[in-house]
Amino acid sequence: MRMRWIEIMVGFFMVLGILAILGLALNVSGLKLSAKQGDYTVYARFENIGGLTSRAKVTLSGVQIGEVKSIQIDKNRLVALVAMDIHGDVDYLSVDSSAKILTAGLLGEQYIGVSVGFEEASLKEGEYIRDTQSAMVLEDLIGKFLFNKVSN
Amino acid sequence: MLDQIATLGRSTLDRLASAGRSGQMLWQSLVAAPTPVVMFPLLLKQIYFIGVLSLVIIIVSGLFIGMVLGLQGYTILVDYGSEQAVGQMVALTLVRELAPVVTALLFAGRAGSALTAEIGLMKATEQLSSLEMIGVDPLRRIVAPRLWAGFISMPILAVIFAMVGIFGGALISIEWLGIFEGSFWANMQNSVDFSGDVLNGVIKAFVFGVVVTWIAVFQGYDCVPTSEGISQATTRTVVYSSLAVLGLDFVLTALMFGDI
Amino acid sequence: MSMHNSSESIIDIQGLSFSRGTRKIFRNVNMEIPRGKITAIMGPSGTGKTTLLKLIGGQLRPDTGQIKIDGEDVHRLSRQQLFSLRERMGMLFQSGALFTDMSVYDNVAFPIKVHTDLPDDMIRDIVLLKLQAVGLRGARDLMPSELSGGMARRVALARAISLDPAIVMYDEPFTGQDPIAKGVLVKLIRMINKALGHTSIIVSHDIQETLSIADHIFLLSDGHVIASGTPAQLLKDDTEQVKQFMQGLPDGPVPFHFSDDDLLQDLYTQESPNA
Repeated sequence: MRMRWIEIMVGFFMVLGILAILGLALNVSGLKLSAKQGDYTVYARFENIGGLTSRAKVTLSGVQIGEVKSIQIDKNRLVALVAMDIHGDVDYLSVDSSAKILTAGLLGEQYIGVSVGFEEASLKEGEYIRDTQSAMVLEDLIGKFLFNKVSN
Repeated sequence: MLDQIATLGRSTLDRLASAGRSGQMLWQSLVAAPTPVVMFPLLLKQIYFIGVLSLVIIIVSGLFIGMVLGLQGYTILVDYGSEQAVGQMVALTLVRELAPVVTALLFAGRAGSALTAEIGLMKATEQLSSLEMIGVDPLRRIVAPRLWAGFISMPILAVIFAMVGIFGGALISIEWLGIFEGSFWANMQNSVDFSGDVLNGVIKAFVFGVVVTWIAVFQGYDCVPTSEGISQATTRTVVYSSLAVLGLDFVLTALMFGDI
Repeated sequence: MSMHNSSESIIDIQGLSFSRGTRKIFRNVNMEIPRGKITAIMGPSGTGKTTLLKLIGGQLRPDTGQIKIDGEDVHRLSRQQLFSLRERMGMLFQSGALFTDMSVYDNVAFPIKVHTDLPDDMIRDIVLLKLQAVGLRGARDLMPSELSGGMARRVALARAISLDPAIVMYDEPFTGQDPIAKGVLVKLIRMINKALGHTSIIVSHDIQETLSIADHIFLLSDGHVIASGTPAQLLKDDTEQVKQFMQGLPDGPVPFHFSDDDLLQDLYTQESPNA
């Protein structure tokens, strides 16, 4: 029997399968195995989140610094409460930073853009970004535009 | 008229009996599993025949299907100015649908038909009877290792198919169509969810593996042991498993992604 | 093993009936197969001789009646008991039924490896002895596809006797063999039966070869036993059916023509065949 050959080939087959599933996990679905523990969570309230979903990017000057963890309704204020996972090495977001919901391209995905303020102290785990700007909703924009036209 | 009703009744009964026998075969060969020591070399050999030897056809088809998806996706998406999303489209189509389904269809044609023919020939040359008379249960010795090998190989083949397909799509999009590499992968990573998409695809592939291997082994085991009977059983394997895969795919898709 | 050697017959078949679909193959067959002898079961093709062996081996289940081997009713045993009963039986299939993915050596060693815990060198000794007995020790590394039909059957014989069974069943051992291979098989069956002292059952329709080795013959036709006795007794029997079979006459109780219609009448009928 060519049993040895069969063993080698089956082993090779298994390795190939494992590599493929790892590739799918890391390269395709962007699953990160490490560096999760250093992350910290900050919150922000938005009037309207538009089409923002969880796992959307959080960027600073266009560079990704984290992702949206969850989106809920803040029951006290009846606005959206967005939790963001920020990478642990990004420890320079000042407490007066602001967050905007932006759109990539005309029809692209929505993401959060953060801009840093001037305070010395930086955001810690569980703190809030106070200054936020909601997503642009096309219907609102058109409505405003028409209203302005009429009032003019 | 009455004759036709009788014919219908008889064929229904035949089908039910055959379904019953196939269930019995599956039960006996999996539950009454043989000792691992005997089983392992046999299993290894079957994984070789069923899985390893199907690698070439899986890799080649995966590569071409990925490349075609890349081209077609680009020509559609470029009209909307969102050709960066081609990576996301290729990956989602492959991982959720094409990898499990096309792999299962190829698997039925490549490995399933071979399984049916092999077991059918063993039956025709009295090797199965001979095993029984030696006091070895052919369900354990012949059927069980083949079933397990099919169950194990199919998800692995599907995963390889998906990865190779995505690689083919990337090759076309980035090298040929000139999509920026970073946005290709980033878009893909943002939209593909590991547990929602990849794991569900693997679950699909496993279910298809069970169904195709089961049909193939049963058709061989239950065939009429003549050359004509074997050829009919082989055809039935390919037809039944393809239909079962496509039907089940709809059901599974509705269950997994229907509520999104 | 619970072999009580006292009784005269080793296999006792009582009131056996078996049918395939609507066709009755056996109708109330009674048979006692003597211990330690060569018994032949003969009859025209299609009388279910091979089916009878499968019934004895427990691969098929009779409609009514019972088959006892050493007092054990084959069809009342559990699957487990049946498999352990089969360790005491060897069967030589018509096609040889060698496992095509194993070498000659592994084929013969297979039953020993499955049923015993003997060390490899001891298994090797047994296998070589069995192969020597059938004269094929030199062919041990060949694959079944490299063997001629006669050699394949001899290897299958070596495999059937590898566990020294109490009963060896031969399914049409001479069919499709050239005269030399037939002669070899006749010699082997007689020699092995004498050397091992087991019971042999031969199913065949080759009259010359079977008559030359059988101690006792059952003649089957139309689903029941039409005659039994020693070869000499059967040759002297002057029942029409027995005479036709033993002497190989083309026409007799088993008609040459399949249908009874008169030829002239058939020729003169004007109806179109598809009417």
